[in-house]
Amino acid sequence: MSILKIDGVTKTYANHTALDNVSFEIPQGCIFGLLGPNGAGKTSLIRIITQITGADSGKVYFKGERLKPSHIKDMGYLPEERGLYKKMKVGEQLLYLAQLKGLSKEEATARIKAWVDRFEIREWLGKHIEDLSKGMQQKVQFIATVLHEPSLIILDEPFSGFDPINANLIKDEILSLRDRGATIIFSTHRMESVEELCDNIALINRAQKVLDGPVKEIRDAYKTDTFQIIGNGHLLITSPDFEVLEQHDSHGIFRANVRLLNNTTPNDLLRYLIQRVEVHSFVELVPSINEIFIRKVKETHHA
Amino acid sequence: MHKIWLIIQREYLTRVRKKSFIIMTLLTPLLLATFMILPGLLISMSGETETVMVLDESGLFEGKLEDKKDLKFIPLAGTLDQAKTIYQETDNTALLYIPEMSISEPKGFTVYGKKNISIQTQVRLENALEKEIENQRYIASGIDRETLDEIKANVSLTAVNLSDQGEKDNNAVITSVAGVAGAVIIYFFIFLYGVQIMRGVIEEKTSRIVEVMISSVKPFQLMMGKIIGIAAVGLTQFLLWIILSFIAVTAVSAAFGVDAAPSPAAQYAAGQVAAQGEDMENADISAMENPEGKNEFASTFNDIKSSFANLPVALIFGCFLFYFLGGYLLYGSLFGAIGAAVDNETDTQQFMMPITIPLVIAFIMSYSIVLKNPDGPVAFWMSMIPLTSPIVMMVRVPFGVPAWELLLSMGILVAGFIFTTWIASRIYRVGILMYGKKVNYKELSKWLFYRV
Repeated sequence: MSILKIDGVTKTYANHTALDNVSFEIPQGCIFGLLGPNGAGKTSLIRIITQITGADSGKVYFKGERLKPSHIKDMGYLPEERGLYKKMKVGEQLLYLAQLKGLSKEEATARIKAWVDRFEIREWLGKHIEDLSKGMQQKVQFIATVLHEPSLIILDEPFSGFDPINANLIKDEILSLRDRGATIIFSTHRMESVEELCDNIALINRAQKVLDGPVKEIRDAYKTDTFQIIGNGHLLITSPDFEVLEQHDSHGIFRANVRLLNNTTPNDLLRYLIQRVEVHSFVELVPSINEIFIRKVKETHHA
Repeated sequence: MHKIWLIIQREYLTRVRKKSFIIMTLLTPLLLATFMILPGLLISMSGETETVMVLDESGLFEGKLEDKKDLKFIPLAGTLDQAKTIYQETDNTALLYIPEMSISEPKGFTVYGKKNISIQTQVRLENALEKEIENQRYIASGIDRETLDEIKANVSLTAVNLSDQGEKDNNAVITSVAGVAGAVIIYFFIFLYGVQIMRGVIEEKTSRIVEVMISSVKPFQLMMGKIIGIAAVGLTQFLLWIILSFIAVTAVSAAFGVDAAPSPAAQYAAGQVAAQGEDMENADISAMENPEGKNEFASTFNDIKSSFANLPVALIFGCFLFYFLGGYLLYGSLFGAIGAAVDNETDTQQFMMPITIPLVIAFIMSYSIVLKNPDGPVAFWMSMIPLTSPIVMMVRVPFGVPAWELLLSMGILVAGFIFTTWIASRIYRVGILMYGKKVNYKELSKWLFYRV
């Protein structure tokens, strides 16, 4: 079942088209990557989903219903441009934002307590936002985004501004939120940063959806049956079933990229190799989302 | 509605808890008290008696120069040089030398001092001498001073309104004061707190909180919450100022044992006494010393009191509240829209101009034209145009405005602020998400019709 269905959404600003007939679905309970270069239209789409702006045409369905204002409290949004009221204390700020999302004061207070304990930032509650470091502010803002336990969490460039330790902390939180049933949309232009996290993705380029689906399917669709082999010995492939794309030899160690031809399997290749050389490593070369994206964009331009 | 209430609370509480708010709220009444007490205090401090030694060679003024409360005369005899020596040994204020002369040709008066003699002292001495010379001349021509005082006329006009409600006393000055005071408060309130709205919006934009906010609330709710919250801050501050000023003035005057400087009404009364034919310089003295002045003062004061009593206080207060809020809402939403249209405060100038000008014009016109002719065409039109009516109508109300004019003006003001709020919310919802773009009027007018 899909939590969000985007159906032919178009949005134009005064002199440019931000989204051009974009459609895709986001399955419930997955981590969804909304990927594309800067200016592709990701933020415009997010603003339509969060009802900050409206689409010119097309429909958005949330849990099977047309998007409506009451859905807002079931969404959490961490914008790319982070910001909090600088002169407010952390605790007050979290309480305020949670109450605006419809939480009662008591409930919000209890949840804030749970979160600050988890992040070990209890002593920050009385501090003003402006006295916190940027990374600390980001943590506070992350808490504010998920405090009302929304079923859809939208994170725009979530890892920018975090050091690796905190980025991992956030990553773990995101995974545990998903395990508790939330759906998470990641929006980023740094595709490599989220591809191992995402279950599904949609690629957007120049206002148009280029590609969408489960990451595994997409990769499978774009894989080229190429394997990288590292080993000891002198490798010379003469079989017409295998094509050597690239080979380096040095000090008796070789590294070769080989493509399977004529419906042969990886095991056929291994069997062929084992008779001739000592195999140290045998890895399938799967294209990264980045490579798929570049290829796809090229295709659409040439077509 | 719940969300607007939360926003109002936040806007209110964060501002009211600011140090600057607390300091301003406490300091202003203290300053006010100081300004009210200080003149009184200074007068009482400078109240030391001046002593002037007089060497009268003409003999005309012997025993004629009357001692006053803070001006004493000591007659001397001998030559000028002797007198100078004697004077040098004392610490008296001055030595007045009157040479041989006739009453018909008084000249050659000289005053010697150890340091510069203040203008005030000089004037008082001149007055005393002039008065005595006049007296002597009256006597020479067969009139005495008392007869002359009896001849002198003293007229005080009582203006009476003949209106449908019957006769009532009217004092133009008091009426003006009531209206202008209301207008001034409205003027400052709009400026002080309108700018705060603008700053608040700019702060939300620059701290980038706005996108988080409007993913939870509608831009209109955010804008209205801010406008109402800040209005509440302003009302709180004014209320506290009134209460604290009253306490401060009472406390300070009790502590220093000084009467507060005369209230504007009393000052005006004193001024009127002075204007009614007594020497300007002696006005305050005469008001204190001479029983006649005291009566006059009292009667003028009673005039003022009755004028106040005759003002339609409830009407004025009601109008004040209405125009106060109406004007604030009208301008407040415009200030909010400006904040949304720009990225930082330096860019606000070009948009501030068209908002500031009608306010300033209304303010100046109130003084220069409306007060003189509260029922004239300028006054009428300016009290209809919603951009100027909160100030101009406030000035007019105490003079009596026909009910239909008042209602029409209020109706237009309500329509006006609904209109500006609409415009502002259109600009606001586009502007708050627009960064790094220099906006001009053409751009703004496009925003009005954007579909968002």
